[in-house]
Amino acid sequence: MTDVSATPAHAAVSERPQGRSFGKIALRWLLYVVLGLFAIYYLMPLFVMVTTSLKSLEEIRTGDLLSLPRELTFDAWRTAWSEACTGIQCEGVKPYFWNSVMLAVPAVMISTLLGAMNGYVIAQWRFRGANIIFALMLFGCFIPFQVVLLPMARVLGLMGIAGTIPGLMFVHVIYGLGFTTLFFRNYYVSIPVELVKAAKVDGAGFVRIFFAIFLPLSIPIIVVSVIWQFTQIWNDFLFGVSFSQAGTQPVTVALNNIVNSTTGVKEYNVDMAAAIIAALPTLLVYIVAGKYFIRGLTAGSVKG
Amino acid sequence: MAKWFETHLPKIVLAPSFIAILIFVYGFIAWTAWVSLTRSRLLPKYEIEGFIQYERLFDSPRWDTAMNNLYIFGALFIGVSMILGLVLAILLDQQIRVEGAIRTIYLYPMALSMIVTGTAWKWILNPGLGLEAMVKGWGFETFTFDWLVNPDMAIYTVVMAAIWQSSGFVMALFLAGLRSVDTEIIRAAQIDGIPTWRVYVSIIIPSMAPIFLSAFIVLAHLAIKAFDLVIALTGGGPGYATDLPATYMYAMAFSRGDIGQAASSAMIMMLVVFAIVVPYLYSELRARND
Repeated sequence: MTDVSATPAHAAVSERPQGRSFGKIALRWLLYVVLGLFAIYYLMPLFVMVTTSLKSLEEIRTGDLLSLPRELTFDAWRTAWSEACTGIQCEGVKPYFWNSVMLAVPAVMISTLLGAMNGYVIAQWRFRGANIIFALMLFGCFIPFQVVLLPMARVLGLMGIAGTIPGLMFVHVIYGLGFTTLFFRNYYVSIPVELVKAAKVDGAGFVRIFFAIFLPLSIPIIVVSVIWQFTQIWNDFLFGVSFSQAGTQPVTVALNNIVNSTTGVKEYNVDMAAAIIAALPTLLVYIVAGKYFIRGLTAGSVKG
Repeated sequence: MAKWFETHLPKIVLAPSFIAILIFVYGFIAWTAWVSLTRSRLLPKYEIEGFIQYERLFDSPRWDTAMNNLYIFGALFIGVSMILGLVLAILLDQQIRVEGAIRTIYLYPMALSMIVTGTAWKWILNPGLGLEAMVKGWGFETFTFDWLVNPDMAIYTVVMAAIWQSSGFVMALFLAGLRSVDTEIIRAAQIDGIPTWRVYVSIIIPSMAPIFLSAFIVLAHLAIKAFDLVIALTGGGPGYATDLPATYMYAMAFSRGDIGQAASSAMIMMLVVFAIVVPYLYSELRARND
């Protein structure tokens, strides 16, 4: 896997200011200006969200988009957290935020553990057909989920978990398996098979080798898998909107309902505060563990 | 017995996941394919009637709009994201002092939910209070930027938001690619006095062909599955001007109660994805096994 954070390998390509000619220095400045402008472009929506959420409605109507709030007010945040209406209920995003937590945490743990065991079997205990099974699971990662929505709705009904958080959890575990298996399989495949052979000679079995040797080796890929799955599940909207009902909806669905609820005055500051609340957990993960986040993103797309 | 159990344990561990994938991926695809060939409306029916749902689909002006939007959205989103990503990657590859910080800034939108992105851009593009009002406030009284509510232009707002969200990711992919190019060749070219821009155009970029392909696959995949962003930004409107196949499918399945149409549109989506992804995955798997 290619790591983005690797040091510039071909540093030779970039100009080194040997001559310190005026043109070179100007070019260097231009480069930083262009990069800075793009940074502003990417940050602008976040800036607008934060400042809008701290303004009063009155100030939003009279001021402009990019101005800083004249008077800081956290009313919108309080409303978004515990009072904003998602349709007929007016409890803010708080209950839905906790729905997402209760959904994502177990779903991430289960799918990562299953992925680790699957990857371990496919990479280290190769049996006939294991590669075909892996290919079938891999293809499963790429299907557009629309193609499973209708039957899944019926099966969840038959299982008696339609519209519940465990039902949604089940869906996320199933459709996350392909990716988690892929992560662990690609990680374990680089571990020499001699390790397993030696452990077997010493009398260790399938389970002990996994827990005593492979799991302790897997911390980096566990982090990648957990971050990937958490981001996917937290940010999911399609499954959430299709398989939940009032009261069990994840935070993305609640946010969309708050923004699009047609009753009453449009409170843009509340919308923005709710959006930031919904975005905070994944943003935090990104800031704390960005390296692993990028690795998860590129694992499926960069060969390695 | 214990011996049998121990030798078959790997298969026993893998079996539940494999069976789940067989049922919930392949079985469900088969179910959807089957139902797409029936007269199902509110409830599924199982007598095969041929391709009537597909005929209805291709006759539907709404589906026509959705597919047209997919072409516009897909072409612009993929094209601009790739160009922007490549340019940013090359600029960032010039020994920039604060590279880490800039990379973090360029890439953070990828951590956001499309619903959050849609909500933010919906507010920015709001004609009455957002960007348009701001520019008017600067004294440009005649300035109009009402794409969000203009049926002919609304799809381009979806493109704008999607590019904002994903171009940093493409940058990260390309940057990784740039860094994996063989340094020996580059050094040799520099000793020969070949200018930097030519080194990029003739040596580095051509050697990154696999990364271009990966980026294309990922972006095309994102484009076909695009759903949340449209829902949050335009709700598919005005009217159904910004419908995409995914929103069409959802509307048929959950608000129109037309299972036949939902199933057939989902099948078309899957065929489009497979036409792009299958050759890619096949070559990847083969290359790995070689």
